[in-house]
Amino acid sequence: MKSLEEIRKIREEKRKELDLRVNTAASTGEKHILVCHGTGCTSSKSPKILENLRNIIEEKGVKNCKVIQTGCFGLCAKGPIVIVRPEDVFYSLVKPEDAEEIIEKHIIGGEIVERLLCKDVDNSVVKKLDELGFYKKQKRIALKNCGVIDPENIDEYIAFDGYKALEKVLFEMTPDSVIDEITKSGLRGRGGAGFPTGKKWSFTKMAQNEQKYVVCNADEGDPGAFMDRSILEGDPHCVVEAMMIAGFAIGANKGYIYVRAEYPIAVKRFQKAIDQAREYGILGKNIWGTDFSFDLEVRLGAGAFVCGEETALLESIEGRRGQPRLKPPFPANAGLFQKPTLINNVETYANVTKIILNGADWYAGIGTETSKGTKVFALGGNVVNTGLVEVPMGTTLREIVFDIGGGIPNGRKFKAAQTGGPSGGCITEENLDTPIDYESLKAIGSMMGSGGLIVMDDSKCMVNLAKFYLGFTYDESCGKCTPCRVGTKRLLEILERITEGKGEEGDIEKLEKLSRNIKNASVCGLGQTAPNPVESTIKYFRKEYEEHIRDKKCSAGECKALMKLHIDPELCKGCGLCKRNCPVGCITGEPGKTHVIDTDKCIKCGTCISKCPFHAIKS
Amino acid sequence: MISLTINGRKVEVEEGSTILEAARKLNIEIPTLCFLKGINEVGDCRMCVVEVEGMRGMTPACITKVTEGMVVQTATPKILEARSVVLDLILSNHDRKCLTCTRNQNCELQRLAEQFNVDEIEFDGERIEKSIDDLSPSIVRDNNKCILCRRCVAACKNVQGIGAIDCAGRGFTSSVSTYKELSLNDVNCTFCGQCIEACPVGALKEKDSTKDVWKALRDEEKYVVVQTAPAVRVALGEEFGMEIGTNVTGKMVTALRLLGFDKVFDTNTGADFTIMEEGTEFIERLTKGGTLPMITSCSPGWVRYMELNYPELTGNLSSCKSPHQMFGALLKSYYAEKMGIDPSKMYVVSVMPCIAKKFERTRDNMQGAGYDDVDAVITTRELARMIKQAHIEFTGLEDTVFDDPMGEATGAAAIFGTTGGVMEAALRTVAEKVTGKSLDKIDYEVVRGEQGIKRATLDIGGKEVKIVVASGLKNAQTILEEIKSGKADYQFVEIMACPGGCVMGGGQPIRSSKERATIDIRAKRAGALYTIDEKSKIRKSHENPVIQKIYKDYLGEPGSHKAHELLHTTYVAREKYKLED
Amino acid sequence: MDNTKCSGCTGTDPKMQEILNTYVQDKSNLIQILNEVQEYYGYVPEKAMLAISDYLSIPMAEIYGVVTFYARFTLKPKGKYHIAVCLGTACFVKGSEKILDRVKERLGIDVGETTADGNFSIEATRCIGACGLAPVFTVNGEVYGKATVKMMDEVLDKIMEEIK
Repeated sequence: MKSLEEIRKIREEKRKELDLRVNTAASTGEKHILVCHGTGCTSSKSPKILENLRNIIEEKGVKNCKVIQTGCFGLCAKGPIVIVRPEDVFYSLVKPEDAEEIIEKHIIGGEIVERLLCKDVDNSVVKKLDELGFYKKQKRIALKNCGVIDPENIDEYIAFDGYKALEKVLFEMTPDSVIDEITKSGLRGRGGAGFPTGKKWSFTKMAQNEQKYVVCNADEGDPGAFMDRSILEGDPHCVVEAMMIAGFAIGANKGYIYVRAEYPIAVKRFQKAIDQAREYGILGKNIWGTDFSFDLEVRLGAGAFVCGEETALLESIEGRRGQPRLKPPFPANAGLFQKPTLINNVETYANVTKIILNGADWYAGIGTETSKGTKVFALGGNVVNTGLVEVPMGTTLREIVFDIGGGIPNGRKFKAAQTGGPSGGCITEENLDTPIDYESLKAIGSMMGSGGLIVMDDSKCMVNLAKFYLGFTYDESCGKCTPCRVGTKRLLEILERITEGKGEEGDIEKLEKLSRNIKNASVCGLGQTAPNPVESTIKYFRKEYEEHIRDKKCSAGECKALMKLHIDPELCKGCGLCKRNCPVGCITGEPGKTHVIDTDKCIKCGTCISKCPFHAIKS
Repeated sequence: MISLTINGRKVEVEEGSTILEAARKLNIEIPTLCFLKGINEVGDCRMCVVEVEGMRGMTPACITKVTEGMVVQTATPKILEARSVVLDLILSNHDRKCLTCTRNQNCELQRLAEQFNVDEIEFDGERIEKSIDDLSPSIVRDNNKCILCRRCVAACKNVQGIGAIDCAGRGFTSSVSTYKELSLNDVNCTFCGQCIEACPVGALKEKDSTKDVWKALRDEEKYVVVQTAPAVRVALGEEFGMEIGTNVTGKMVTALRLLGFDKVFDTNTGADFTIMEEGTEFIERLTKGGTLPMITSCSPGWVRYMELNYPELTGNLSSCKSPHQMFGALLKSYYAEKMGIDPSKMYVVSVMPCIAKKFERTRDNMQGAGYDDVDAVITTRELARMIKQAHIEFTGLEDTVFDDPMGEATGAAAIFGTTGGVMEAALRTVAEKVTGKSLDKIDYEVVRGEQGIKRATLDIGGKEVKIVVASGLKNAQTILEEIKSGKADYQFVEIMACPGGCVMGGGQPIRSSKERATIDIRAKRAGALYTIDEKSKIRKSHENPVIQKIYKDYLGEPGSHKAHELLHTTYVAREKYKLED
Repeated sequence: MDNTKCSGCTGTDPKMQEILNTYVQDKSNLIQILNEVQEYYGYVPEKAMLAISDYLSIPMAEIYGVVTFYARFTLKPKGKYHIAVCLGTACFVKGSEKILDRVKERLGIDVGETTADGNFSIEATRCIGACGLAPVFTVNGEVYGKATVKMMDEVLDKIMEEIK
């Protein structure tokens, strides 16, 4: 147990010690080597890098140098990432065996390891993190501490204003003034629908009941979105603190966080954060001598996308099949165990402490008229800089894809981007300059969603993409209501038919009619949005559908059944890359001469298409 | 009261009403499918979607509560298209073999298809073939016809507290399933049949026994005797379009003769025997310190429930067989001897409101006279089918009476068919036996009515007797837990597996969701039984001359060795799940 | 996950009892308990379900309904080498479907199945969060990033060699 005074003292002292993390001019004389321990880098052996670095420091008796694990830096494409502070030198694609050189040359020798520096899109060598195009247009609020602090060390969190917002709330504010502040900030739900957060809080506060709950939705289901995971991995305490503030505001003393079991690191770190907060007396009874008590519990999901829907999530916490409940009643009135419940997602909570500390006006000053603050996107697909980016609302898609994302690799062209995951729609070239906010995305047939942003180049077939998404929602439909249960299956069947060359006249109209009615009649958000990818690809790429149906042709060459691969002799330079990469050995040809595909042996895997530097392989 | 507007018309309804109820008040029809009032109120099938001003998307009328000033549209072209697509999707995934379905002409889905003018399935596609479970003696489950409305799941889990079936899998591949798709025979199913009553289509039905009965009737060697349970006579008429609660005893007896049965008897006579035996058993336990409370044993679904879930309490069950089993044993012993019939050639058919009776007749120790007490059990529905099959114009039949000498029954026996009836019948006899005096008032109002649990303390001959009557297995569980924990101090307990008793049994005519929501079916059927009781010349089992004669001539005293041989049985502990290892 | 654990004797397995004892007898703990069972045994054995059914007073049909609803729970043990190919959007866009097709073809089993010899099982996962490395697959949890059909072939060849 620590008193409030002790916590303040930790904040003051630790902040000085950690100044070098955010200040290149810091003069403590210490160096901190930060090693990314997000899921991406961890799976590329970053824990081994950390171990090696520590061992070598010990072996060599290096003084004043610490190796710290941190959350995700965002630029996953260049992972594993290692940063040396205070000079802010950024090493990318680091291997465990590079540890020695980093210590030897950089820490001891004071010389930068040039070969580990990152190359930007324009091939310029970049020394510092914020020199990268990837970081220039970002504004980090939700991800503020990610990559800066050790997520498993509560003192480091406290050093960077951690639990200061809670202190302010408990001693200087009332539940109503907290809700006012959140309302004024304009914060909206980051889980997808964008419901005003302040309103949600105030509804739950107004509900009369002895027992209320605060729930954090960390069942990040959109395949291709991982900001919630990154926040939990990189800055778990900020979610703990925000849930406590929410509990104070609505009158709840108990919180649950529902996390996907597929996120073991996030689960472990969050649990650790809870344990540490309890140990410090931050979570528990009569916190800091006030009337406010609060405790938190972790509940694991078990692999069901629909549990990201708030009422399905509640069902799952209660130990049942994750089948959504009908609304009304809304969770604010009858939620977990039928008690008034506030549910927000991780990223929403991650904004709360900053709003409390910096004020609603500060937050409302960022973003667009209707959408305030920033939004984190998981940038993936056919884009150079895949990773996590946080940008102010109102940033255009073009800026995200080209300025931050570095554009499309392999000399291909941008075709479309999908936001909102399986519930969203695609955005084409013509809409790239749309400033991103909840309303503008909806207006162009997509949605904000949880922040997955998948870029597709011109080798992608949009009918196949719609099929992919429908395959997902078909798989993930809970089966409770008819339109979603049977309707998604029928949509998928029609799309399968079309991509297999068995499409019929009238299929597009059938897709449209079915989509319209699934949206109208389904119980929950999953069904109500499941047809979006179909509708939006038909809207923007109707010709591709028609081509599949009428001409039995897939221009992008993705639909296997419609594919007959051949090599264009005019473009083939005889480099042999296709031949070397063909898994079944069906390509023949002399070096420097036109190669040929044996279509009988060809399994249409498409490897050669992606390997050919001259785009000579055609379907 | 709440006032709202539906399709431009104003209506006032009580607070807490649903849009569906408000619409019905205006005679506005909204189709439903998964909705079953009080049992399955989930709004999942989406047939009843309507639009409410200010609400996003469409909402199900069946469970959306009305609010002041609400403005509802129930039949815009947009809504109609959504409903027809929903129906199309359900049909696309349904085994559309209507001609050979037991629910042909009594199927809620078929009715909707007709109303929606379905002439083709627009969104047809794959349908997952599923195997049919017909291994149990009582229920056939055909998931190919299941439309996932989950009315059966709710009936099994929420009403009965059993949970033999639940929803498994997810999405398109989800299905109503037992544990690991085992047969109902191998899981904790009690064969109460409430799932069948709940099913809007033909996915659940009784195991057919009519073919066996027809075969017996064709067999000239066989002496085919039929007996009918009390609850059948007040429900059979419904199958022929008659008013719910019509007593059709006379027509039923005539129809059974026309079908070719050699003798037509009344199970009520068996019920009078049950009272004699059970009453005696109770008095014995009460006065000589036997296991108390004593619990009635005439509901086979209930008995199976007990054996599956509370084997340690089977000592509390009365050892009496149920009326039709007692009667069957007497037919093959006393009656066969008296009439000089070879009991091995005798074929006893029971017409029952119950499908668990099909299981009951296959139990051990149900061969009182050395032969199966009963050879076939058919339900009220199956009898109706046989009558239709024989092209008998039921509604126009003359009334005739049961055959002698075993056709006489009391009013006490008639009320066996409703919850509280067995208790009331038993009390009439027990009270007189204990006090040795004739009762002034024989109507025990405290045990009548629709409540699931009815408790009372009675004064019988100066002795305080605590009784409880429960119907529905969830209510039964409440009572059993009280007994198990020692909290209960009852002496006599009546339990019926089906909520409301046999009149609402799993073999009774199936009524639609709308009828179940708007008509008190139980009260009408039970009311008819109470009327029979009221109008009976004899209303106490021990006063039945047939009973008196058979005890005198054949059985001796109630509870005699011979009576025990013929009329009593034993119980076993059953494993809830039959697993591979 | 350890496949060497005896699956048949879960009923009397002290570990099963140990798992149950850490939870109060409240139905809302069902999924938490199943998660632990899946984690420990690598699947959800029948006897574990019976023990849970008894402990939490939940009918087996309902437990079966929950187990079959959530993708993480499996009723059969996984293979000695469990190969999971990510089909999250980022991986899909980068061609993970071809990698999945390849492993299915090579092992002759479908997603969710285990080879007859118990050596391999395949799973199609939804985003393991390594989108930056897309496409990815894992073998017993070890991540292979920026994967290709060829890489899958090499990994399989190596494992098959080891088994021999």
